[in-house]
Amino acid sequence: MSELSVNHLLGIKYLKETDIQLIFETADHFKEVLSRSIKKVPSLRDITIANIFFENSTRTRLSFELAEKRLSADVVNFSSGQSSVKKGETLIDTVNNILSMKVDMVVMRHPNPGAGIFLSNHVKAAIVNAGDGAHEHPTQALLDSFSIRERLGDVSGKNVLIVGDILHSRVALSNIFALKLQGANVKVCGPKTLIPKHIESLGVGVESNLRKALNWCDVANMLRIQNERLDISYFPTTREYTQQYGVNKALLNSLDKEIVIMHPGPINRGVEITSDVADSKQSIILNQVENGVAIRMAVIYLLASKIK
Amino acid sequence: MSQKVLLSSKEINIILHRLACQLLENHLNFKDTVLIGIQPRGIFLAVRLAKILKEEYGVGPIDLGFLDITFYRDDFRRGDKPLEANKTKIDFPIEDKNVVFIDDVLYTGRSIRAALTAIQSFGRPKEIELLTLIDRRFSRHLPIQPNYRGRQVDAINGEKVKVMWKENDGEDVIYLVKT
Repeated sequence: MSELSVNHLLGIKYLKETDIQLIFETADHFKEVLSRSIKKVPSLRDITIANIFFENSTRTRLSFELAEKRLSADVVNFSSGQSSVKKGETLIDTVNNILSMKVDMVVMRHPNPGAGIFLSNHVKAAIVNAGDGAHEHPTQALLDSFSIRERLGDVSGKNVLIVGDILHSRVALSNIFALKLQGANVKVCGPKTLIPKHIESLGVGVESNLRKALNWCDVANMLRIQNERLDISYFPTTREYTQQYGVNKALLNSLDKEIVIMHPGPINRGVEITSDVADSKQSIILNQVENGVAIRMAVIYLLASKIK
Repeated sequence: MSQKVLLSSKEINIILHRLACQLLENHLNFKDTVLIGIQPRGIFLAVRLAKILKEEYGVGPIDLGFLDITFYRDDFRRGDKPLEANKTKIDFPIEDKNVVFIDDVLYTGRSIRAALTAIQSFGRPKEIELLTLIDRRFSRHLPIQPNYRGRQVDAINGEKVKVMWKENDGEDVIYLVKT
C-alpha cells in the first residue's frame, strides 16, 4: 500500500493528488467504523497527541479530539489562554516542554501564518496544522472535498464556487489547492476588497456577480465573514454585504439547477446564508462536520504510521 | 523459490463440502448463526461455504458478513508501510448470535485475536467459533485453535501456504511455497 509522501500535514500545498486519494480511501473505512455501535479502534494505543490551540476554536478542536480518541490515542489539550505563553514563553519552548512529556504528534492552531512549518523545522514530532492565520487549514479543505465527492461522486470536473472573504480565509486557500489538485474548476466571488490581487495565478476564476457565479457552479462554498480579522472596513455594511453576496432560498430557487451548499462554520445566520438555506436538503453543512472526524482520523492514522 | 501443490481443486471441493456439512450439523437452519469471513482472504472461503449450504443443502437465508481487522492488529507501525484496510460489511445484528469466523489459513493466531476484538464493536455474540481451511500446526503465538479445520499442515517458518481461489486467482489450488 502506498503511504503519505509527507511526515507532517502543514498544508495542502505540500500534498500530492495520490496523498489526497489515500486519505479519502482511509477516511471511507473510518466512516464505516463510526457507524458501528462501538466507534473506537485500538490502532493508536501507543501514541500521544497534544492539541495546542493558540487561537479559539470549538468545532475543529472537538473534531480532532474526537478523532484522536476514536483511534485510542492519549490526548492532552492546551490553550494559550490559560498558559505560560501569557508569561512570555516562546512557541518552541512551549512545544518542547510538551514534547518532553513524550508526545508523538502535535495538532496546532496558531494565529500566525507559517507557524506549523516553523515548528516542524525545530521540533521532533509529527505536526498537523489545524489552521495557521490566513494561510492554510488543510483538514478543513480535505473534509470539504471529501463531502463533495460523497455528494457528487467525484471532485474532478466539478465547478466549485467559493463565496465571501477570500482575502482572510485559510479555508479558501486550502480549498483552492485541494480542488485544483483534484481537477475541479474553481471560481471565487466576493467584494473586490476581499479578493486577493493576482488570485488568478492560482488557476482560479473571479466573478463579481453572485447570480452568474451560482448559475455556473455545481457547489457553492459560503465562507464566514470573519469580523475578528476585519480590522478595517472592507464593505460598507453587513446588510449591504448580505444583499450582494448572501444566499437565500428565493435566489437558489430562481437558478436553472440545484446546487450543493457548503459552509465551513460557524455560520452567521442571515449574513452569508439564510436559515432556510442552511437547513435545506441542498445543504451538506452537517455532513461536512460528520466527515471531519473521519478525515482527521485518516490523517492522524496515516501520519502516525510513519512515526518510528 | 519452489512450490508444491498441497491441495488440488478436487481435494478443495471435497473439503469444502465436508466443512459445510460439519457447520450444518452444529447450526442446523442457521437461524441464530452468522458467518463472518475475515478480510482479505477469508471472504472467498466464506462465500463458497455459504453457496454450498444454500444451493446443495437447501439452507434458508444465511447472514454472511465480512470483517476487516486492520485497525485492531497489534503490528500497526511495526511494518515499513501503513496497513491497508479492507471493507467491513456486517449489515445484520450479531448480538446473542453464534458467530463463525472463517479464514483461509490459521498461522500465528494474531489475526483471529484481532478479529475477536473487532467483532466486539458490533455487539456481544453468544458464542464465537473458528473455521479454517488450512491449520498450520506448531506455529501459534497465541492459544487459539479452530473448531473446524480443512487440513492440518506442518510447515516450517521459511515456508508459506498460498491459497488460490477461482474467483480471484483463476484456479482453486493450495501451494506450499519454499522461499
